[in-house]
Amino acid sequence: MKNILEFLENTAPKLGDKPAFADESGSLSFAELLRLARAGGSFLAERGIYRQPVVVFMDKAPRTIAAFFAVMYAGCCYVPLEKGMPLHRLRMILQRLQPQAIVCDEESAALAAELGAGDKVIDSSELFAAETDDASLAAIRRRHIDTDPAYIVFTSGSTGVPKGVTACHRSVIDYANALCPVIGASEDSRFAMQVPLYVDACMKEILSVIKCGSTAFLMPQSLFMSPLRVLDFLNRYEINTICWVASALTLVSGLGAFEEGRPEHMKTVCFGSEVFPVKQLHLWQSACPEARFINLYGPTEATGMSFYFNVDRDFAEGEAIPVGRPFDNTDFILLREDDTEAPAGEPGEICIRGTALSLGYFDDPERTAAAFTQNPLNPHYPETVYRTGDIGRLNERGELVFISRKDSQIKNMGHRIELGEIESCACLCGGVESACCLFEKEKSKLYLYYMGTADEKSVQKHLRKELPRYMVPTKLYRMQTLPLLPNGKIDRKSLIDMER
Amino acid sequence: MDEIIEILNGLGLDADIEHCTSLVDDGILASLDIVSIIAELSDVFDITIPARDIVPENFNSAEAMLNMVNRLLDD
Repeated sequence: MKNILEFLENTAPKLGDKPAFADESGSLSFAELLRLARAGGSFLAERGIYRQPVVVFMDKAPRTIAAFFAVMYAGCCYVPLEKGMPLHRLRMILQRLQPQAIVCDEESAALAAELGAGDKVIDSSELFAAETDDASLAAIRRRHIDTDPAYIVFTSGSTGVPKGVTACHRSVIDYANALCPVIGASEDSRFAMQVPLYVDACMKEILSVIKCGSTAFLMPQSLFMSPLRVLDFLNRYEINTICWVASALTLVSGLGAFEEGRPEHMKTVCFGSEVFPVKQLHLWQSACPEARFINLYGPTEATGMSFYFNVDRDFAEGEAIPVGRPFDNTDFILLREDDTEAPAGEPGEICIRGTALSLGYFDDPERTAAAFTQNPLNPHYPETVYRTGDIGRLNERGELVFISRKDSQIKNMGHRIELGEIESCACLCGGVESACCLFEKEKSKLYLYYMGTADEKSVQKHLRKELPRYMVPTKLYRMQTLPLLPNGKIDRKSLIDMER
Repeated sequence: MDEIIEILNGLGLDADIEHCTSLVDDGILASLDIVSIIAELSDVFDITIPARDIVPENFNSAEAMLNMVNRLLDD
């Protein structure tokens, strides 16, 4: 197998009319999905768009996923963007990519034009209305190899410039083969898809659908304004499998939804992307006594998730749930500061090796070389490991436990955030000289300390406009001066003490 | 009312907080904001907001939030 599309091509003839992806306004069957993808691929091929990133700038909807597949049929890799993303980030991504084609719906077309890419816009309804050209799709496939890129997803970068993680078909196929048995995906699985389509977390549902014939129901983000509406969604669509970020699960259990009802069909609950408080896990376990609970962990750079832990015993409040062991065909080493292996039970940086490793950051050789390095334990032949920047250790049962970050990357609402990106964005605001951002883990709150003439309200307005909501500090402090360390860097520690 | 306006002001929203009647419907408040508003309302007024009250209609305006708080205080 060389191409992700083969999953869909194997499944679609068997399941034809069964819904593959659905939302509240309708569904897309396996047969339709395949037809739209091939038509869209032919459209791009006819225009000579080949072996380049194609942006899919559409809302969270079944047809958007069909557009992803269309791009791959054309021998290109897709880059998912959404108009809810902050302008600041969209602008920088388009600058980095310089895409020749941006697949849009009506509203995003206007925004693409505003961002200066109006001449590259392709209307999604035209894309799907094209005639399928079997011969040209076959010719494209003949030249395909499994190390060709499938998609590029952007994550927060500490300098303020997002990083485009580029994943190849081989890594994604490897991920699908390892993931589906772990979460037990099958034709009977009904997923409620919480995450947006512009993060790679959505591959869990997409791969389960095309490989195993499951059905995924896309949840509108606005649903999470009301815990009971989430519960209603789960029961209305008879959802039996969910893979959500821990904060989305907490939003339901922590706001008391289970006092009013419970998810009646739930069999599998996967959580990840951040630490899930044991108290909330307990609430979910009592609400879904028949369900299995699985902790998933992994960086985008190693294509989706890399580790899993089946919750097989009881945990006390405050105890850390292990991230467990690596997926099949993935391995890891724990490295100390001096690049030697950490002895059993001692902490080290989690470094991942295997086919799962992505190709690196798009058009960014420097940051790629810093994170994807030669395995220091192997001096004999080229072997790349990905340095996650996460510190972990093995517990007495041999399970990997996450401890902390090496740098100032944090997780908020399941999103990976570099505090440096928030600081550099604040400094772009007129009247801000320098800035330092802190994160209070216990309350999931961001604070910004800055020096300059701008008042707090105008700085916050600027941040609200330019950054996603989960990156906007809740409290801002204008300071006469920021405390500095002897080396001239901002003294974070004394600011943390001040906050307390 | 002043307490609620103060809570909303603390979020740094780009809206006329006192008069806006579509804070949720227009996407001015995100689900994250709702979570922090609930935490602060619970703190300030010493109430528990049950899940059935966490619906957009109760958070679309400062007045709607005040009505909800008063109702919960009466219960």
